[in-house]
Amino acid sequence: MTQPLGYLKETPSQTAGPYVHIGLTPNHSGIDGVYPGDLGAAMVNDRTLGRRITVTGCVLDGTGTPLKDALVEIWQADAEGLYNSPSELRGTADPNFTGWGRCACDGATGAFRFETIKPGRVPFKDGRMMAPHVNFWIVARGINLGLNTRMYFGDEAAANAEDPVLMRIEHRLRVQTLIAAVDGSSYRFDIHLQGESETVFFDI
Amino acid sequence: MTGIPNRKPETGAFFPRDRNRHPPALTPGYKTSVLRSPQKALLSLDGTLSEITGPVFGHSLLGELDNDLIHNFAKPGESAIGERIIVHGRVLDERGRPVPGALLEFWQANAGGRYRHRKESYLAALDPNFGGCGRAITDDDGAYAFRTIKPGPYPWPNGVNDWRPAHIHFSVFGHGFAQRLITQMYFEGDPMIWKCPIVMTIPDHAAVEQLIAPLDWANTIPMDARAYRFDIVLRGRRSTLFENRLEGN
Repeated sequence: MTQPLGYLKETPSQTAGPYVHIGLTPNHSGIDGVYPGDLGAAMVNDRTLGRRITVTGCVLDGTGTPLKDALVEIWQADAEGLYNSPSELRGTADPNFTGWGRCACDGATGAFRFETIKPGRVPFKDGRMMAPHVNFWIVARGINLGLNTRMYFGDEAAANAEDPVLMRIEHRLRVQTLIAAVDGSSYRFDIHLQGESETVFFDI
Repeated sequence: MTGIPNRKPETGAFFPRDRNRHPPALTPGYKTSVLRSPQKALLSLDGTLSEITGPVFGHSLLGELDNDLIHNFAKPGESAIGERIIVHGRVLDERGRPVPGALLEFWQANAGGRYRHRKESYLAALDPNFGGCGRAITDDDGAYAFRTIKPGPYPWPNGVNDWRPAHIHFSVFGHGFAQRLITQMYFEGDPMIWKCPIVMTIPDHAAVEQLIAPLDWANTIPMDARAYRFDIVLRGRRSTLFENRLEGN
């Protein structure tokens, strides 16, 4: 006999379903007056440091059709590469930047949109610097467990080439699925759930 | 966003997720999953700072009625119709430690199984005094509670005659983005649970039982509301004592 390890088991996931907006973006879904505003709708204010950018895209199913009921959350470092989190011990992140955003995909077009700033670089576990990136979490009807991926920036070729996470992708063609197209200060990041151009998803 | 009182920040990576207890992506009995499930393997990534950090929300976020779905959408002096219940429990991690400062968001249908959503077309009526959303933040013991009415089952276009069991959706933030979780709570004794294609996406019987809240008679308030208890377990994280980390600690 040995001592029992005694760990609990993580609560299993279930789909967010088609009405996730009632709980997570109630104002957007027409339920007014319960909360003053939707959480995660604003990431920046006029004092936020860093270069303002827009991140847009769609989540597409196996036929290439945009999901109109998906919900996307992002989590990223501030302009100096610091996370606005109690677990961030390297310094204090910009207090005018939340680092976290939430957007319900548009009910007609399926588009999501975030007004944010370009993140600074964050070290990997061994001290090498990761390329600037935005962490994504996607839930929707038909998705049983939230999907994690990362968006990298199309105008950061040198940093992307030495990114320790991108370097681990065996099939080099698939690296492109994580790199957003640049148009001035706008970045376009489409997420393909399935098929030939399937986005790389992570078990984090 | 603010820090969590009385708690040292933790910077360890999370325990790997046991994906045999979670539903797989492709579960054809739940038809929508067929075209929305990745077909390639996930790329494993032991937690970097991007995963072990996450947003934390202060209690100042909450309004007075945020955890009272019976009243937070109701006209003054009125309340939602249905079986009055309290749902309460604790948020723990896999090590059994309480998770204080965890933001929980809930959403549900009304007593007749009707959601307040523009894409919902079920013929059951809306309740003018019920919105269906609420939220709470756990205290130092990881405890939370909210008042609501028990939701009704409702039909959905999957099989010809599929009905969801009564359920409340939960969205949970721990302290790291890798702990992010959405799930559903079911009610003890509901015969619909074991017929549901969404419940059955979970391959492990014991894992399904972890989603079924027992009636908590001890906490039932006489002449007011019955209570159900629903504990939530988030991923544990490694101690940082021997982490090979060049930055941060």
